[in-house]
Amino acid sequence: MIFLMMVVTFGVRYPVLALIGRYDLPRPVVRALRFVPVAVLSALSAPMVLIQNSEWHLSFANAQLIASVVAILIAWKSRNLLLTIVSGMIVFTLMRLAGAT
Amino acid sequence: MIESRKRSFLYGARDMLPMLVGAVPFGILFGALATAAGLSFYATMAMSLFVFAGSSQFVAATLIGQGVGVAVIVMTTFFVNLRHALYSASLGPYFKGLPQKWLLPLGFFLTDESYAVVIKRFTESSDIQSPDGESPAGSVRHWYCLGASLAMYVNWQICTAIGIVAGNSLENLSEWGLEFAMVVTFIGIVVPLIDRMPMLVAAVVAIAVALLARDMVHNLGLIVASVAGVTAGFVAEVVYERKYPETAES
Repeated sequence: MIFLMMVVTFGVRYPVLALIGRYDLPRPVVRALRFVPVAVLSALSAPMVLIQNSEWHLSFANAQLIASVVAILIAWKSRNLLLTIVSGMIVFTLMRLAGAT
Repeated sequence: MIESRKRSFLYGARDMLPMLVGAVPFGILFGALATAAGLSFYATMAMSLFVFAGSSQFVAATLIGQGVGVAVIVMTTFFVNLRHALYSASLGPYFKGLPQKWLLPLGFFLTDESYAVVIKRFTESSDIQSPDGESPAGSVRHWYCLGASLAMYVNWQICTAIGIVAGNSLENLSEWGLEFAMVVTFIGIVVPLIDRMPMLVAAVVAIAVALLARDMVHNLGLIVASVAGVTAGFVAEVVYERKYPETAES
């Protein structure tokens, strides 16, 4: 199973990298690809924060939601990755200790 | 030349440091979850060593714990990791003309974190040798990517091993919510990238679609949402530049 997981994972990482290097991509494609990091990482994170046990979890008792809002503000003001990660985790841990979910 | 390769490699590893901090809890959580799901020490390590894709390993461990069959796990791994094809497409132009012996490892070691660091550096400056800028622009940028990737790889193996051991000695480690470390890491990456309206449009559309499509099988919603976000950002940029021609990039 692990071998098959390796094959499919490598199979999505490598071929595009190998092929694209051989051709000049059209300019619109290159421009569109600039949105990849923002779109993918946002799509990956939002459901983890807002959905719990396949239900919406919109509440001040949602530790992930509150810590994410704090992290977004800090990232926006400071543009410092390490500071964002550490302060987000601290807020999250404090809220969990205080009994939030 | 050798000197500039080495420096490029070390800069790559150095720029990954904040990402490594964020990956530590996530790696530990994976080690703990996988062993709790019934994988042996060696099977868990093998997954980190050979698959090396955090969120899919995480999903696989959860599915194994639920007794789901191999075919479904492999298929889910494929869809969860499909976003890497988008990363490859976006990095590909920077590695144009590199031989296969370089593209193979750069492909294998690609992750969310190293991609984010590398693409940021590549798009910010054409000369990754800055600040002292001795070498010709871009000629050693693959060394930068390799340095970033290997730092992530070594860190991930160590954290997996710690998680396996800690998971056996600490109760309920998997319920501490360590996966949130991945979310704050991504917030730290994404927020500074949103520097103009089209980027914000891409993020908002990706989030909205991801939430609406969250129940699609095999995490396909993630791919649909990503493509929707990229498309929306691109369309917004075209419209925006038509409205404010002075903002257009040459």
